[in-house]
Amino acid sequence: MIELQALTKHFGDKVAVDHLTFTVRPGIVTGFLGPNGAGKSTTMRMMLGLDLPTAGDVRINGKHYADLREPLTYIGALLEAKAWHPGRSAYHHLLCLAQSNRIPAPRVREVLDTVGLTSVAKKRTKGFSLGMGQRLGIAAALLGDPRVLLFDEPVNGLDPEGIHWIRNMMKGLAAQGRTVFVSSHLMSEMALTAEHLVVIGQGRLLADTSMAEFIAQNARSFVRIRTPQPEALRDALHSTGITAMASSDGAFEVSDARAAQLGELAAEHRIVLHELSPQQASLEEAFMRLTAETVEYHAHDGEEPPAEGRPAWGEGWKQSEGA
Amino acid sequence: MAATAAVLKSEWTKIRSVRSTVWTLSLAAVITIGLGLLISLLANNEFRKMPLQERLTFDPTYISFAGMGIGQLLMIVFGVLVVSNEYSTGMIRSSLAAVPQRGQFLFGKITIATLLALVVGEITSFIAFFVGQAMLGSHRTQISNPGVLRAVVGGGLYMALIAMFAMGCAAMLRSPLLSLSILMPFFFLISNILGSVSATKKVARYLPDQAGQKIMMVVTRNDGRPYGPWVGLLIMAAWVAAALLGGYALLKKRDA
Repeated sequence: MIELQALTKHFGDKVAVDHLTFTVRPGIVTGFLGPNGAGKSTTMRMMLGLDLPTAGDVRINGKHYADLREPLTYIGALLEAKAWHPGRSAYHHLLCLAQSNRIPAPRVREVLDTVGLTSVAKKRTKGFSLGMGQRLGIAAALLGDPRVLLFDEPVNGLDPEGIHWIRNMMKGLAAQGRTVFVSSHLMSEMALTAEHLVVIGQGRLLADTSMAEFIAQNARSFVRIRTPQPEALRDALHSTGITAMASSDGAFEVSDARAAQLGELAAEHRIVLHELSPQQASLEEAFMRLTAETVEYHAHDGEEPPAEGRPAWGEGWKQSEGA
Repeated sequence: MAATAAVLKSEWTKIRSVRSTVWTLSLAAVITIGLGLLISLLANNEFRKMPLQERLTFDPTYISFAGMGIGQLLMIVFGVLVVSNEYSTGMIRSSLAAVPQRGQFLFGKITIATLLALVVGEITSFIAFFVGQAMLGSHRTQISNPGVLRAVVGGGLYMALIAMFAMGCAAMLRSPLLSLSILMPFFFLISNILGSVSATKKVARYLPDQAGQKIMMVVTRNDGRPYGPWVGLLIMAAWVAAALLGGYALLKKRDA
């Protein structure tokens, strides 16, 4: 169990994490979702006591991380950036971590075996590929056989095989009843692994809900209608109080009526239909919509001018450089 | 205290499992002993040509430590790397996640590294002394002479303290490059320049290296240091304590 209470982190003027309050419950995979720069890594670093909160509180099993004795036996973490000395062997890296938490040395061999690094255990980690590095990070997280596991962007930059391996690993850990908290900026990744979702944008909590509920709420469903008689259709819809949006390709999108109802309406008014299809927006789209307001680094195509009252892209950067 | 023992064990594994430990410490020993040997040999050959004043205040013990000036730079590299490698490699995140009691982490690391530096320093100091005396021929001194044993033991203490000072500075500065580019020129050049310019001479005597080196001198020459060997070492220890406290204070409140 991880509890966050109005957790806040400022870096100078910049608010990285803004009054985050949520609880990560045991026994399920909780996805921690947000665009790049939303404050996911900072939040996770505060959970581990690496960054100190400006205000608020985060507790692991009711305790501050710094008050945990042998913390690796409570909580294991895979952080985004490399966190080992490249001149040290994988075995010695894990051994020194194990010793500091009084984890018996044979456990090092066990986790090396679990992640499949036994054959390179004595090699210096300098030559490790990205995938091997992730495996070493996961071995370190598993070292103390903790009940709580944090993974920060675990599949970033991995090949399909590595992604598959990590996905199964996380599901397996949750199936053993552990608390698994995984951050990602990809909704599609979360949809495959997470049961519960915590979504943040610009450090603020946007959603804290089960995956099923999130899908029901955010995956907008609508009906596409195409007709050679658009005026007649519009009048017919208008008379029954249904609003239709014209989409760019000349079709209509109706979100407050079902396909059957619309078909009957068209038949009643003798309107020819070329298309009548129920549609569901993708989760990725729902996520983008949810976080659209808060995306830190917008990629502008140059057509739309920056909204008024908001700083133009790059302005903040210039300011911070001048400061 | 079991937790402290666990941290010490972990830090010992860290220090013995990277190559930089071996090469910095062995280079420190080789350079200190080698240069001491060379300069002792030269001093013996040139003794007759020395001015009277220098011959009267000739300190055979201190001459055998002539390699210490360069050898200490390697001890500084050792001290800097032990601490700053945590930051430059990202290891610090693993380390602090494993040992979130930051004081325990830092002082555990410094204890292990200092003990190792002390062992290497003492061995180096004794070898440098005996090798140096062997080169000095008739101008040699004996370990049993008054003050000589103190100076030889002190040589090892000096090396351990200079490494400790480097560890404290590196804990404050974090970057190995920054730490080395401040400490190396300071102890190689600036301290010596300040010590020989008359305007700054009096202040320079209280710099960590100049105060600490007093312990290696047996013949109290007219060096103008207004303190004895142990007080000198104490002045150096005060510098070390200040650097370590500074490093601890910053580590305590900084994001890792």
